[in-house]
Amino acid sequence: MADSGILAFEPKVVGFLCNWCSYAGADKAGAAQIPYPPNVNIIRVACTGRVDPVFILKAFEMGADGVLILACHPGDCHYKEGNLRAFQRHRILLRLLRDLGVEEERVRFDYVSAGEGDKFVKVISETVEALRNLGPMNGDSSKIHALSDDSHGGFHGQHIA
Amino acid sequence: MAEKPKLGMYWASSCGGCEISLVNLDEKILDIAANFDFVFCPCLLDTKKADIEAMPDGGLALTFFNGAIRTAENEEMARLLRAKSQTLAAFGACACEGSIPGLANLSGREDLFKAVYLDNPSTQNQMKTIPQAFTGVPEGGLRIPEFCERVKTLKDVVAVDYFLPGCPPEPSRVWSVVEAIISGKPLGPKGGVIGAGDCAVCDECPRTKKDKRLKRFFRTWEIVPDTESCLLEQGLVCMGIATRSGCGGLCPRVNMPCTGCYGPPAGVSDQGAKMVGALGSILDVEPLRGLSEEDLEREIEGRRAFLPDPAGTFYKYSLPGSILKGARK
Repeated sequence: MADSGILAFEPKVVGFLCNWCSYAGADKAGAAQIPYPPNVNIIRVACTGRVDPVFILKAFEMGADGVLILACHPGDCHYKEGNLRAFQRHRILLRLLRDLGVEEERVRFDYVSAGEGDKFVKVISETVEALRNLGPMNGDSSKIHALSDDSHGGFHGQHIA
Repeated sequence: MAEKPKLGMYWASSCGGCEISLVNLDEKILDIAANFDFVFCPCLLDTKKADIEAMPDGGLALTFFNGAIRTAENEEMARLLRAKSQTLAAFGACACEGSIPGLANLSGREDLFKAVYLDNPSTQNQMKTIPQAFTGVPEGGLRIPEFCERVKTLKDVVAVDYFLPGCPPEPSRVWSVVEAIISGKPLGPKGGVIGAGDCAVCDECPRTKKDKRLKRFFRTWEIVPDTESCLLEQGLVCMGIATRSGCGGLCPRVNMPCTGCYGPPAGVSDQGAKMVGALGSILDVEPLRGLSEEDLEREIEGRRAFLPDPAGTFYKYSLPGSILKGARK
């Protein structure tokens, strides 16, 4: 690929990580210096129950090829049930996206606890690999650069409801 | 007597219901005639496109444009009327959000032609003829307006001054807009929604609302809902919770769930995703507590099975106006 001068497709991923479990899990992976693909723009949320499905579509609109929602394991939610609601929303959204021709692999929901740095790395690696095989969401994933450049300001700085 | 301001109304890809809504103003239609020179409306009047083309730019004070943009002709008329109108209002759900014609965006043009002209059981089409923008014949060539790959909203094609949602807009709300224009009241900032509220339909729905904890969803033919309590709480997929107010809650008042015709409420960019968020919240999580990850999968699979057509239900009136605008190709 490199020889032909054509850049390989690098999927852009937006990851919504729960503050209490999964974000700490990502930190753990970082502290342990486990390498993982740098394709994920992480957005820390107070709880995955806060992730409005509109955010996910908005991420696609802004050029993401995939979205990750990483929550506490069932029973571990800091707010008791935010992860269960996030789970229900995710599964209903997947059903809706199926009708719209969006592959399931593009929106992945999984559980990562604060101690599971290795699982975080596994989920990220699998997702990036799956997206690499699927190809770009819109054929143009350039817009998302704005996200990483101003430390997530692209999402927080504008009206997205 | 001073010349009256000129009013136009046009239908693009629409059903004619918006014109019915206008004439449902009943005797107030005479007030419109008293205050405006109603010069263009193919459904009701005999003026032609050429008459509009002959007008100076901005010659129409106000145009109500209804219907989605489905064909090249729709697009051409949208551009023409934009140029000729001082104020152009998207009238009705189709012009605002794409509405029912916009559900065609779940397929592409080729699939639509195949379904309508080739596979339709009641159609005989042995020569497998499908509409072509250009057809050569011995005498020359025939042109018809091209059928677009995607249904678009009016604002996808031209700048729109105001949006008047509803399928169709309620005559009382249409009148409130016309009355404001006649009396010179400001309509609010350009690009805004007029003739509707900002909240959800629930705000206007008289039913009693309590805690929402659903065990499952029902389709309208499966249960007879009681007339007092919230339809969503009774398990019907009532779109009121993700739909702009303005209609007065007409459907829930007669025991039918809202289907979402006023589009997303103020500040919401995607009606379908918002409905997903709402339903994911009100499905009771109590039975999910303590379940393993595998059992959770089984449980949600069962719950999800009661939603047979999420795209058609959640985006019934707003698919081309939504974030994804339709199915990916």
